[in-house]
Order: sequence, then C-alpha cells, then structure tokens
Amino acid sequence: MEFIFFLAAAVKAGTCLLYATLGEIISEKVGHLNLGVEGMMQMGAVVGFIAGFTFGNPYAAVFCAAIAGAAGALIYGFLTISLKANQVVTGLTLSIFGVGFAAFFGKNFVGKKVPEAITTFFAPIKLPVLGDIPYVGQIFFNQSIYVYFSYFLVIAIYIYLYKTKWGLNTRMVGENPVAADASGIPVDKYKYFNIALCGALCGLGGAFLSLVYISIYPVNVVSGRGWIAVALVIFAMWNPGKALLGAYFFGALDIASFWLQQYTLPVSIYLFTALPYLATVFVLIFTSMRKSSNKKEPAWLGKNYFKEDR
Amino acid sequence: MKKRLGVLMLALILVVVSVAGCSSGSTSKKDEVTKVGFIYVGPADDGGWSQAHDNGRAKMVENMGGKVETIVKENVPEEKSAVVSTIRDMVDQGCTIIYGTSYGFMDGMVEAAEEFPDVKFEHCSGYMTSDNMGTYFGKIEEPRYLSGIVAGLTTKTNKIAYVAAMPIPEVIRGINAFALGVKSVNPAATVNVSWTNTWYDPTVEKAAAEALIQQGCDVTAQHQDSTATMEAAKEAGKLSIGYDLSAATTMPEVYMTAPLWDFGGYYTDSVQSVIDGTWKSQQYWGGMNDGIVLLDDLTALAPGSAQAQVDTAEAAIKSGQLNIFSGELKDQTGAVIVSAGTKMTDEALLSMDWFVDNVVGSLK
Repeated sequence: MEFIFFLAAAVKAGTCLLYATLGEIISEKVGHLNLGVEGMMQMGAVVGFIAGFTFGNPYAAVFCAAIAGAAGALIYGFLTISLKANQVVTGLTLSIFGVGFAAFFGKNFVGKKVPEAITTFFAPIKLPVLGDIPYVGQIFFNQSIYVYFSYFLVIAIYIYLYKTKWGLNTRMVGENPVAADASGIPVDKYKYFNIALCGALCGLGGAFLSLVYISIYPVNVVSGRGWIAVALVIFAMWNPGKALLGAYFFGALDIASFWLQQYTLPVSIYLFTALPYLATVFVLIFTSMRKSSNKKEPAWLGKNYFKEDR
Repeated sequence: MKKRLGVLMLALILVVVSVAGCSSGSTSKKDEVTKVGFIYVGPADDGGWSQAHDNGRAKMVENMGGKVETIVKENVPEEKSAVVSTIRDMVDQGCTIIYGTSYGFMDGMVEAAEEFPDVKFEHCSGYMTSDNMGTYFGKIEEPRYLSGIVAGLTTKTNKIAYVAAMPIPEVIRGINAFALGVKSVNPAATVNVSWTNTWYDPTVEKAAAEALIQQGCDVTAQHQDSTATMEAAKEAGKLSIGYDLSAATTMPEVYMTAPLWDFGGYYTDSVQSVIDGTWKSQQYWGGMNDGIVLLDDLTALAPGSAQAQVDTAEAAIKSGQLNIFSGELKDQTGAVIVSAGTKMTDEALLSMDWFVDNVVGSLK
C-alpha cells in the first residue's frame, strides 16, 4: 500500500518534468536544441505564481505562465532562427536569464502562499470509473487536473507529430530543412511556431511547481529540474510516450530519499539526493551507445539553416 | 600643452575624490546613532526563524527609541564569500555590531571578524568565538520537550512525523528532546525523522512531510523555517506542531502549539551593551527561564489532558527539578549512552550525534 502511495507521489513529482520534456521534444524535432528549459520553467513558475497570487484565478495563472514561457522561447527563436546565433550558447544564456528573471520578479513573493481558490481548483480529483481501478486508479487517476492535462498532452503531441501533416512537416524541417524548403514548407514559420510551443509547455511545467506542487513560493522553485528535462528527451528517444515513463522515473528518484529514510539502510541518504543526476549520466552513456537511426536525434539538430547556403 | 593640462586635471580630480572619500568616512563615525546589521538566511517574513529574529529586531528598535538604526539583509546564502561580502557592505554603511542568524554563516563571520576588528559580531547557534565575535542561542529543546508531550498525547497511529533540517547537533538535540517528551506520556509512539537538508525550501519540505504522512504519521513536527510541513498536514487532514513563530492565526486548521523564540530581550540587552561600551565576547545559551525560548499557548486542537501535563513539566524544568537529558538514555541500538542518575554535560549536548531509542531515522 505504501508503495502505491509512493508511485502516486512520483507521478506528481514527475509531472513538471513531463511538461518540460514534451516541450523540448517538439523543439528538437524542428531541429532546435534549446538548453533554455530551466530558464523558461523559471519564467513560467514566477509569472504563473504572480498572476495566480494577484488575480486568484487558476486559468489566468496558467495562461500567463504559458505566455511567459513562450516569450522566453521567442527570444531564443529570434536569435537562433532569424539571427542564426549558436543554439547551445543562446540556450544557456536563456537559462541564466530565466533564473535571474525569476529571482528578480519573485523576490517580493518569496514566502507567499498560493491562494485558496487555486489550491482547491488543483486539488486531487478522483476520476469516476478509472479512479476505481485497483492500484492504477490510485496512482494515475486520483491526481490534480493539471496532471490529467499532461496525459492529454502526451496523446495530443503524439498525434500532432506523427499523425498530422503539420507534424510531418515539422519533423521534415528538423531532419532536412533544405529538402523541406525545396518542397515549399515555410521553414522559419514552422521553427517559430514549434519553439514557442516548447516555451509554453516549459512555462506550464514551471507553473505546475509553483501552483500545484508547493503551497509557499520559495527562492528557487525549479532548482535544476529543467536540466533533467533536457536529458530526459534523449532518454525518451524523442518519443512523447517514453517521455511519460522517463518523467515518472525521475519523479520517483526526486522523492525517493524522503520515503527511504524510514528504513534503516546501510547507505547514506545523500546518495539518494544525488540519484537523479547519477541516473542522468547513465542515461546519456547508454543512449550514446544506441545505433538505430530512428531512435537518434533529428539530423539537423543544433544546426542553423542558412537559406543562402543551399 | 593640452595633454599636460589633461593629466593635471586628472590628478586634481583624483585628489578631490580621495579627500571627499576620507571626509565622508570620518563623519559617519561621529554619528550618534548606532547602526546594527542583521543577516537572515531566508526572507524576513518567512513565517519562521528569520521572522522570529526580525520580530526581535523590531522589539529592540522600539525599546531603544531613536538610538539605533538597523540594516537588514535577507536571503543570504550559507556560503563564506556571500557572508563576507554582505558584512563588508554593512560595515561600509557604518554598522558597528552585526548579528548573523544562521549556523552556516559561521565561517564567513569568523573571516569578517578578523578583517574588521573594530566591529562586533554575534553569531546565532554557532560555536566559534574571538575577541570581537560572540555567540548566542537558546535552549529550544526545553519547549520542544513540552511540545513532544502534546504530540505524544495526540497521536493515534503512534507515529509522529518530524521533518528535520540538517543533521547538526542543534537539530539532533531538538529531535531527541521532542522524542523524550513524547516518550514521557506515550512510550509506544515513535518519532519518524526525515532530513531535507534545507532551512527554507518549501518545495522539498512539503514533499518530505507528505511522504511521512502517507507512511502513517498523524502528527507533524518540524525544524525548518517555512510552514510547508503544516501545509502538507492541512491537505491530509492531520495535526501539527509548528516552530519559531505562532501559526495560530495562519494555520488554524492544524496548529496545536510550537516551541517559540523571543529574541527581543536579548537583542535589546546586547545592543545596549555595545552602546555602553561594556560588550564582551561571550557564549550566551539561555533557556525558558530567560524568556528567549517558550512554548506557545495550546490551541483548542490540542488534546484536553495536555495542558496540565505541559504545565507540570514546564514548572519542573524551570525549577531545575527536571533535566531533559538525564539518564537513563539509550540510543537507537539499545546501548546506554547516559546511565541512570547522571546528566549530560554541556559539551556532550553541543556535539550530540545520536538518536534516542524511540526515534526512527538515520543520521548518516
């Protein structure tokens, strides 16, 4: 029984990672490695909290968070798409910028409580029928509406990427923008749209932390989770379904130390706090050994497209 | 010719600037107002530790009338370089005494105390002293023992959650005192400890509290400065013992009582001694008798029988009849650490690194 509670808590802890990972998958599918996930999550978290605290309206809070994340992504988009700046450097800059942005604007909100109206709106709701399935119901279908929305997004993004014309075009831009351009696909438009979508999802991931996961706004709410999301994309092999599994796995690692402390184990608790990062290292090692091409990154990932170079 | 004129101008400017710098420095020393610096680890309105200090600061300012001015720096990280630069900034602004209110400020304060021998430093909860640096702290374990009595009488599952900050003697002493208080009224109950390694991170603390509650604990206690643990208890419909500050009005759904700090009296006396020129480096360690620590009034959520038992124990501690850490005390393995009839020395208390036998959790 306790294990079921643990898994339910892992789903909750992994949800912020899931949003961000889905976002980064979309961005990488269109050929843009955006290392600014941490920054966009921070922007979403702080703007979402401020909006929620000011208006007391959950819709407004979530909407503002998505806009903030997308705004961060569009800075990155403008620099890398229109100005052809280096993607890695621009992404890192966005991360640093986002952390500073959150620290600056969130300073006066540290210690403030999430308003009651928002807490009740996002409180766990047991779904009819699904929630009554033994074990599975308790783990997946007794959660916040914010978590349910992430399930929906996994399916929606899968359909978008693999079952629609726009998704096909998006992937084509990421694999070979030269061919995409030649066949009349507006490459830059696709890039801008998908990068903004990535930012919005990262913003939602950050706001999940500041609106649902916690009750009191802390100094640094994202604290490195954005970097784990970047690694998760590789772990998930750019597949939304596998992103779900990976996010919950890392969510479980995130909270494991609190649950294991009640058992007298012969290892230090500090090891458990380091687990998510250790696991990230192993994931990167194992994925780099994979050979199959459809599990690899998009061919033009990280490379800017110069139309004039064709 | 023009070049030479430029050099001359530059030299003139340099002289003017340096003279101006000197003169402004000397006037600030003549100021009648004593400037007092406070360094907090969290926000001044964190609802906990830093706010307890800030309330003490406000009380001191009120007591001193217009004789003091305070400079407050919040959210200072527990890193040497950050502490030293904060202190340099405060000294530049004219502070003659600086209070550092978190354990992790110790190294930075020691370094700054060497750098500024004319400035007085007081470090809360540390153990390093020098000619111009003293320490101050309170025996929070006394009211913690009393809050343990309340928790022990409240629990029905006989599992009490204790969300703990850092595995350092101060926190361990608090956990043991709490556990002994629990044991005095409910020998069957255990105190289940989870470390967060944070003083103020509501994200981590709430997750830790949620884990303990779902593992069967029905009362929470805490050592962090945020109310995140109580928030977790509220969501799960459990009851809580707070810390630092009364949460009777902010968390009325769960709050039973809390061990509290009242630094107002100490800060007033200490700043007065600086003004009088009688300040000396010392290691202050006050208890309930001194008023620096106390137990909050029990709320209606606390069990009815608790008040009488708390009152008896409080009177016994204040009169010296009851020593919390007197034998026989066993550690988690069952080994006798303090034999019957003996008391722990201050030195042993200040370096405590073991749990009493009704604590569940690891120190590694």
